[in-house]
Amino acid sequence: MITFAHIPLSMNNTTKVLSVIVSLTIGITACQKLLPPVPPDDEILDGPVDGLSQQENAQFIAGDIAFNEDVFTKENGLGPYFVATSCVSCHAGDGKGHPSTTLTRFGQWDSTGNQFMQYGAPQLQNRALPGYNPEVIPVGAPSAKFIPPANTGLGFLAALTDAQILANVDPFDSDGDGISGVPNYIVPPSYFIPQSFHQSFSGKYIGRFGKKAAAVDLLHQTVNAYNQDMGITTEYAPYEPSMNGLAFPYPDDVADPEVSSNTVLNLVFYLRTLKAPIQRNQNDADVMAGKQIFINTKCASCHTPEWTTGASDISALSYKTFFPYTDLLLHDMGSGLDDGYTEGTAKTYEWRTPPLWGLGLAKFSQGGQYFLMHDGRATSIEQAILMHGGEAANSKNLYQGLSESDKQKLIKFLESL
Amino acid sequence: MKKILHLILLFNITICATAQSDTSLINRIKPDSSKLNMNMDAVYNRPFLQVGKVPVSLGGYVEANSSYFQTDGVTEGLSFQLPRLTIFVASSIKNRIKFLSEIELEEGGREINIEFASMDIQLHPLLNLRGGVIMNPIGSFNQNHDGPKWEFISRPISATTIIPSTWSNVGFGLFGKYARNNLVWAYELYLTNGFDDKIISNSENKTWLAASKVNSERFEESFNGVPLVTAKTAFRHRKIGEIGFSWMGGVYNKFQEDGLELDSRRRVDLFAIDFNTTIPKIKTYINAEWVWASINVPETYTQQYGNTQQGGFIDIVQPIFKRTMFGWENSTINLAFRTEYADYNIGRFTETGGNIFDHIFAIVPGISFRPSPQTVIRANYRYHWERDLLGNPAARTAGFQFGFSTYF
Repeated sequence: MITFAHIPLSMNNTTKVLSVIVSLTIGITACQKLLPPVPPDDEILDGPVDGLSQQENAQFIAGDIAFNEDVFTKENGLGPYFVATSCVSCHAGDGKGHPSTTLTRFGQWDSTGNQFMQYGAPQLQNRALPGYNPEVIPVGAPSAKFIPPANTGLGFLAALTDAQILANVDPFDSDGDGISGVPNYIVPPSYFIPQSFHQSFSGKYIGRFGKKAAAVDLLHQTVNAYNQDMGITTEYAPYEPSMNGLAFPYPDDVADPEVSSNTVLNLVFYLRTLKAPIQRNQNDADVMAGKQIFINTKCASCHTPEWTTGASDISALSYKTFFPYTDLLLHDMGSGLDDGYTEGTAKTYEWRTPPLWGLGLAKFSQGGQYFLMHDGRATSIEQAILMHGGEAANSKNLYQGLSESDKQKLIKFLESL
Repeated sequence: MKKILHLILLFNITICATAQSDTSLINRIKPDSSKLNMNMDAVYNRPFLQVGKVPVSLGGYVEANSSYFQTDGVTEGLSFQLPRLTIFVASSIKNRIKFLSEIELEEGGREINIEFASMDIQLHPLLNLRGGVIMNPIGSFNQNHDGPKWEFISRPISATTIIPSTWSNVGFGLFGKYARNNLVWAYELYLTNGFDDKIISNSENKTWLAASKVNSERFEESFNGVPLVTAKTAFRHRKIGEIGFSWMGGVYNKFQEDGLELDSRRRVDLFAIDFNTTIPKIKTYINAEWVWASINVPETYTQQYGNTQQGGFIDIVQPIFKRTMFGWENSTINLAFRTEYADYNIGRFTETGGNIFDHIFAIVPGISFRPSPQTVIRANYRYHWERDLLGNPAARTAGFQFGFSTYF
């Protein structure tokens, strides 16, 4: 007989049953198999680069929160004109975006600059708070849609020197390979602080980020995204985006800057230290054969497979070899991809070579379906290949001449990236 | 608010102190277990303590639990919560005039809410007047939410995020019941203050009706001057069970200010069906609720905020032992299973025509031990799949919960 307070207990069958149930519960609780495991590292895009210090990890997490958890509403500064309400709205899982959050840029058709700045260019804010009418593209303005890119590995691209990028420039195709990449020379924003690896070209700098390579660095890209995508002011961009050229008629109730510089810098750090996508099935025979076909069809002439960073203020990014499959240069992509709109010194038919790393994972951030090319018009990798023109026409033709088996190997390789 | 709470606590302590000297003074009023009770009766159908002939009854319940969850391999570890401590005070003011209040301390006392504080005047069983802070009768859970009644530690997601339980507002209305043989018919109709525009402007980044709960000013004035109408009718058959149909609708935005038009009137409407029954002989208890919500979201606003939502849950509870255990007579052990779903954005993308996702699906097996009907010790395992707006691969979360809840 056991006594518990004033209640007599006996080790009868009931107690045994209870003991079994309690043991079972504890057993289940201990069973990790009932909990969802971590997905393999090569199947997800988010996560930091290896080798960050504890202090850097803390800043990465702060940036992660700003990117993935901060949601803007009218109470904390959203809009009144905007495209999206948070970073993660456009970059689910740090991957490519979806046509529902496509950006529309307008107003510039040549290197003389944007002729529609007084009408709210360059970015259309196609959403608005209730009670406001969103912007519309002014009559006569050229425009293009840009699908949000993946964020991963950007720190490696940012750590390259201008000299490395310029080494692949061949404006007059002097090597006769049909490829003549050029940089986009950008007038940087006033807050841009050149690093030792940046070079000035009469006050202009080489753009690296964006479909037209119009952003010089990740701070430039981030500040623009806060301001032009979400209508959020920062110390770097202290004014609300104008509505079709009219200054925002009423000051909102949120003091400017609506986001602190600390948050902006944490977010930039997060973007710099997101890991690079990891290739899958690297040793698969078809993937290896596909890689060789990729080289044979001259795709690698622009989609440069391998780079190595120089010294970086983040030691985890210093002297690292990585595989982005881009040369960060502009190329003539032909009339089929000429939307009539451009940025910086790029021509309307020129587009920056997009990195191909993470391509195979793109559909897992786009709702299960590919939306490729600059505006998401291609819904498969093959469609994207066949849309290549201009300097890439030769590669497209070589692809079309492949056997069906070789085409599949090439696509399998691209999906492994 | 805190003064009221202190007075109630003082009263509670006084009663407990008195009880120690003379337990015969305390009468425990047991809840009515007749099969003709309905969800609408839940607010009064609770165990109360009464001191002698004092016309005031007291009661309450507490919930405490622990949880360990993991999302795609990442866990925040083990944590302990006291999600709510609730105190009821009921008073029979005069024959057919009564008052009841329910004051809830949530999240360890960080939030203090009056969930219910109404005076009921019965003119006829079919015609009762109710005024004060009422729980809008939408679905069943909102009115019948006491922790000790449930075998599950987490509240149903559709009943807390689409129907923002516990959803209380100031207002007035009518209710009544008519019983004949095995059948009862009941109705409720209230006009109250309602939602505000937080439902489409909130940190959840989706249409989130529960966001209006943070606006405590709704207990002082309407956000837009348009009352929220809530109506429910329900039927209970002694042998079959209870089914309820409810609707709640009103304007949620501030469409004018100082007589000037700011926006068009934007409505939010919810329609719910609830059902519960106990299968005779095997005593299996089934409880289900489904809700549809329609929200007028401006077309020029982001598609992230859906204009149609739906969700619901079904709970199955099977007693497996009922006998004296640990000296407690009629203790029961139950197996329980819940499946639940909430879709926050039903529709298609304008740009692609593709389906908009943003939904969550969960299963929750559990086991509970009830030393008395008023006390439950429960363990749950929960697994849920959550898909984002675009329908990307689901984030999977699973974990274990253990806790108790008891009336006191």
